[in-house]
Amino acid sequence: MRFVFKTSYGQDVTLFRDSVQRNTYIALFLALLTLPLVVPEYVGDISLVFIYSLCGVSLMVLTGYTGLVSLGHAAFIGIGAYVYVYAAQDLGAPWFVAVALAVAVTAASGVLVGLPALRMTGVYLSIATLAFALIIQEVFTRWDAVTGGLKGKPVAKAVIFGVSFGSEERFYFLCLAFLLGGLWLTANLLRSPTGRAWVAIRDSEVAAQSMGVNLALYKTMAFAYSAGLMGMAGALFAHKIGFLAPDIFSVLFSIQFLLMVVVGGLGSLHGAVYGAVFVALLPVLISQSRDAVPVWAGHLFGVFGKDAGNTVFSAVDRFVKQAGLEPGIFGLILVLFILFEPLGIYGRWVKIRLYFSSFPLYKHATFRRQKSYMRSERLR
Amino acid sequence: MDTILQLVLNGLAVGCIYGLVALGFVLIYKTTELVNFSQGDLLMLGAFTCYMFVVWYGVGYWAAFALAIVAVALFGALLDATILRRVIGQPQFAVVMLTIGLGATFRSFASITWGSEIYTLPTPFSARQTMLGKVSVSHEYVAIIVGTVLLCAVLYAFFTYTKVGVAMQATSQNQLAAYYMGIPVKRMFSLIWAISAGVAAVAGVLLAPVSLIDVNLGFIGLKAFAAAVLGGFGSILGALIGGLTIGLIEMFAGTYLPQGFKDVAAYVVLLIVLAVRPQGMFGTVGRKKV
Repeated sequence: MRFVFKTSYGQDVTLFRDSVQRNTYIALFLALLTLPLVVPEYVGDISLVFIYSLCGVSLMVLTGYTGLVSLGHAAFIGIGAYVYVYAAQDLGAPWFVAVALAVAVTAASGVLVGLPALRMTGVYLSIATLAFALIIQEVFTRWDAVTGGLKGKPVAKAVIFGVSFGSEERFYFLCLAFLLGGLWLTANLLRSPTGRAWVAIRDSEVAAQSMGVNLALYKTMAFAYSAGLMGMAGALFAHKIGFLAPDIFSVLFSIQFLLMVVVGGLGSLHGAVYGAVFVALLPVLISQSRDAVPVWAGHLFGVFGKDAGNTVFSAVDRFVKQAGLEPGIFGLILVLFILFEPLGIYGRWVKIRLYFSSFPLYKHATFRRQKSYMRSERLR
Repeated sequence: MDTILQLVLNGLAVGCIYGLVALGFVLIYKTTELVNFSQGDLLMLGAFTCYMFVVWYGVGYWAAFALAIVAVALFGALLDATILRRVIGQPQFAVVMLTIGLGATFRSFASITWGSEIYTLPTPFSARQTMLGKVSVSHEYVAIIVGTVLLCAVLYAFFTYTKVGVAMQATSQNQLAAYYMGIPVKRMFSLIWAISAGVAAVAGVLLAPVSLIDVNLGFIGLKAFAAAVLGGFGSILGALIGGLTIGLIEMFAGTYLPQGFKDVAAYVVLLIVLAVRPQGMFGTVGRKKV
């Protein structure tokens, strides 16, 4: 087990804990740079992972670090995407201005949601954001002049300072740059007083307030920052999907973002990225196993004779080709994670790492959840 | 005048459905402090179960109605005993995510079991109406309103006059104290989930003739949420009034406001109410004690 000998308070908030961690991240960065050469056929999928990671980081700041659950983040990514496309294509703004505008408008709408949210807690806030998202989705549908309404709005390829980012590889690097920027910005913010105030609010609002944290200011800031980041992701997302339609930004999309932060692991930026990898790649995995699983099942039951194998094959095949199966699998995974690993993929990884670094001395009880009879959120 | 009366009638009928679903949310929230996002999907399961008994197995409407309620109520109790009891005491967020996941699973289950087509449930009062002056009173709507009133009366009597009902009220007020008084709190939880799921099933079966049955029927739960929050999440009367309010607002907005307002009017009102009175109209949520 490796310990860092701390000689100053500044070391508590360094970006990298020690040189090993820093070098690991540099190696990871180099690996990501060379990735398009290694797996050129998956570059498109991986850029989607990057965009989702940015969304995950955005929601992680709000939900994982500030403890405000938003069921309406699809609205923010939608606003970002539409503002960006409208500014870039209809108003002819340069790329940089269009992105800045998208971020600004989304952040402003974040403040708009955040202000009434200051007085709400828990589930009321979730419902308010949900209501906001549903209203915004209707606005996308009805405001034909800007959004193209139900017909949708085609998105041209990105051109930045005269350089076209139309090809998959170039777009990959654009997304990577944005993700790194977003992660760096967020990590810096989280190790600053702002980030600590957010965590304090998450852990106990009353305690934070009595320590002098201005709840209104920091909650609004969390909303604005989270929404702004989402707007940035929206600009990239618009290019990624190439066609904007209102029904993309539905409640289910918001839930997908929440799935991301929960499955990844609440309260860690790693978790946001893991969750994004999971959510973006699971559909790929499902569509591939749709073909493979019936064959395996057929082979497995083939030992009982050819007829049994064929029967099982066709039954399993019919089952996995059902259209409604995929959301169910997502739901089931969510349920299993909440029940068995509330800390998500990152939490599991932390446990595994601790197991090996403290090998014979690992105690199961280290991560045992404290059981409480009831945590009332009502006053009586 | 006739238009307004007509709108009021339709609004009340739709509002009753929202109110019933909202009632389900509130019952569970009051007792267990869990927020059940899958209430709408339980409604969908109820409607499908009734449809299955009526159309597939040829059971009479009333028997199928009862069977659907019992089946979904049992399912609700089972859900509590196996899954939801494990997350009590965890942050509310975990529960919200859990029930969202459960809802998605139910929808998937329904589309695999019953198919993703759209069905109509034949009922004794399908497509019949009586003219009162110039107002056409659809029997389906009357059934919804009468059903809601009856159900509320039964629930009121249950919670006020039976021993179990009073025990449930006690559990809702203070779980620990109720436990010390010898009330089996766990069984109360399962029972309240059963009641709440049963209420959802009633709402689903009543709604089925009006709005056709399909897998996404459960999304009505979102509007019912607005109703529950509008009424203050912890108030049973509030849930019903909230539901009726949302139903009326929706009908009037659909007629008198430009297209598109019908679906969002409820949410706009919700946001305004929350901004002015963050705990809803009848809510009691206040500052958390440390």
